[in-house]
Amino acid sequence: MLAFGAVLSLLAAGFAQDVLFQTHAWVVFFALALSTIYVLRKVDFAGDAAPVDKSGYFDDPIRAGVILTTFWGVVGFLIGVIAALQLAFPVLNIEPYLNFGRLRPLHTSAVIFAFGGTALITSSLYVVQRTTSARLISDGLTQFVFWGYQLFILMAATGYLLGITQGREYAEPEWYVDLWLTIVWVGYLILFMGTLFKRKEPHIYVANWFYLAFIFTIALLHVVNNLAMPVSPFSIKSYSAFAGVQDALTQWWYGHNAVGFFLTAGFLGMMYYFMPKQAERPVYSYRLSIIHFWSLIFMYIWAGPHHLHYTALPDWAQTLGMVFSIMLWMPSWGGMINGLMTLSGAWDKLRTDPIIRMMVIAVAFYGMSTFEGPMMSIKAVNGLSHYTDWTIGHVHSGALGWVGMISFGMIYFLVPRLWGRDRLYSMRMVNWHFWLATLGIVVYAAVMWVSGITQGLMWREYDAEGFLVYSFAETVAALKPYYILRAVGGAMYLVGGLVMAYNVYMTIKGKTRNEKPIAVAHVATAQPAE
Amino acid sequence: MGLLDKHGVIERNATLLLVAGLVTVSIGGIVEIAPLFYLENTIEEVEGMRPYTPLELAGRNIYIREGCYNCHSQMIRPFRDEVERYGHYSLAAESMYDHPFQWGSKRTGPDLARVGDRYSNEWHVQHLKDPQSLVPESVMPSYSFLAEADLGFRAQDHLVANQRVGVPYTQEMVDNADADLKAQADPDADWDGLEARYPKAVLGDFDGDPTRLTEMDALVAYMQMLGTLVDFSSYDAQANYR
Repeated sequence: MLAFGAVLSLLAAGFAQDVLFQTHAWVVFFALALSTIYVLRKVDFAGDAAPVDKSGYFDDPIRAGVILTTFWGVVGFLIGVIAALQLAFPVLNIEPYLNFGRLRPLHTSAVIFAFGGTALITSSLYVVQRTTSARLISDGLTQFVFWGYQLFILMAATGYLLGITQGREYAEPEWYVDLWLTIVWVGYLILFMGTLFKRKEPHIYVANWFYLAFIFTIALLHVVNNLAMPVSPFSIKSYSAFAGVQDALTQWWYGHNAVGFFLTAGFLGMMYYFMPKQAERPVYSYRLSIIHFWSLIFMYIWAGPHHLHYTALPDWAQTLGMVFSIMLWMPSWGGMINGLMTLSGAWDKLRTDPIIRMMVIAVAFYGMSTFEGPMMSIKAVNGLSHYTDWTIGHVHSGALGWVGMISFGMIYFLVPRLWGRDRLYSMRMVNWHFWLATLGIVVYAAVMWVSGITQGLMWREYDAEGFLVYSFAETVAALKPYYILRAVGGAMYLVGGLVMAYNVYMTIKGKTRNEKPIAVAHVATAQPAE
Repeated sequence: MGLLDKHGVIERNATLLLVAGLVTVSIGGIVEIAPLFYLENTIEEVEGMRPYTPLELAGRNIYIREGCYNCHSQMIRPFRDEVERYGHYSLAAESMYDHPFQWGSKRTGPDLARVGDRYSNEWHVQHLKDPQSLVPESVMPSYSFLAEADLGFRAQDHLVANQRVGVPYTQEMVDNADADLKAQADPDADWDGLEARYPKAVLGDFDGDPTRLTEMDALVAYMQMLGTLVDFSSYDAQANYR
């Protein structure tokens, strides 16, 4: 199959109508050809190997997924730091391939789809097997879904640098890459549903509801938002099926629910499995999970128009979007409470277990950004915050704080278990990672608040005679110190990611670091005086 | 809590969970998005809108390719400061032929919805080649390579693709697409047909080198028409209140 795909892409390169399409076809060809060689070398033609044991869980792609999640995380953070520095020092742009306009989609996609997506696919395949007591329905399909998704990432990333983009935020890959992702995603849905069907547990565990909602909603969003007419079957370029105002709302219906279902529902699935596991406590409230799930997926879908306040979108749609965005605060906090209260009776673990600390701070950031989000969706607030760095700060407190931290917790939980180690290489390094990442986010978010509000206020400042005080260029100059500080915050987060990568690498190698355990300090001091 | 107790039925049936979930997430989209396609007052009635000329369309594709939307919006909100800084607030009608829309979501640089006709061609070319030479505070990257890149654009194919998604290009426009592409930036060309097909098109060499048709020509041609089409003297805001 791989070889067949390689030949197809070679043909596509031959028929290509433009240079970019040809280059992209070559990229696919080399990726597939290398994989073919790799697979062929592993195949045992003599047939004397021991038969593969298919009674246990299928964890090969999950191990690969943990490593790749770590890798994509570091890559995504690194590109983010570079892009941040470009905004402070424009000389760092290297035209044409490494200009900010091409790197920014690379950064957002690397973090959301490469890091986040790989984390979600990996963890969902792990969780669905453990909570159904069933092996994934097909090893071949699992490999196809997992590696097919990695091919999608490769195509998307090389495409951005080459300038292949639809110009739709968070949906930049062009039509043929979208088609490929659709095929992979249908495979993913079949794999997940199939495994639920053959479950040995009577009930479907709550984490799987969220993973399932993530899978089917992303399928729906992806297909509708990417409807487009290619110029030719051998051209990179397509034109969106919708125009102007309809296109805008379709895109933000997609864009906001990429947040809602990719970055929220999927990662809530992660929270509902890994937090109780790590804390060794049951989920706080079963009923709250039911309310949380249904109200969250019902309301999120409506919130898209808050990205289009005061634009040419009709007012009724803006208002509807705002109302639902504010209501969304409730299910979001319901979920946060359910996550945090899972620690009831195990709060002392916060002192001794940096992994649970990571998960708790993730849920805390989730609560913070799902409060900030509804606030920013109020039209009066949005009038100031829209188009400014405030939005960027908000996104990062969600992405770095919630998505990043819960994924790190997941990785630290999985690595010793998947490779059969007693413990991680170093718990103290997890602690370091925790503080680097947390402080990095705090710096980042705080700086972006100041920068965003400064920017918004300067744009609308009038003097006593009724003239605008600042030219646009002056507002750009005013932000420079904040842009440098933002890069510092991002760099701290990146260093934390590197610490994790090293820790994961050493754990897989089977090393343990000789270190003092995290101190259980002052437990006995809280005694009342005699 | 009788209702919640019945939730066990869904938890035991994966198909039911899938279907109920899909129905739940579909409602919002159907209620919010679908009406935009049939409510007649979604797009205002204006005079002057026309599809892009082939050269403008090529320039627009370069604008998209370079990710300009990451830093520049094309959507002026109805606020005093924005209207004063950028011009009349944007109308839905002004992006009715935009596949995809490019309203943007961030202003690291200024809004470009009405940048057309504000600066000379020479200013744009110099600014794209070396932004800091004109605006020292700017953090914009250099795009000097555009002036070196010959414009490869199969205009006819692109107009047909736009026709298929509903842009009202006429057969005459499609037939003349490749000729129009070259003519718009050629100072020696006969512009009568082009002007009749695309009123208000900005004509003449853009990049300072009339012997070549470059990507710079296309991008500047696109920017010089942005926001210039609608005739606001005949626009009645009250009649179009939504």
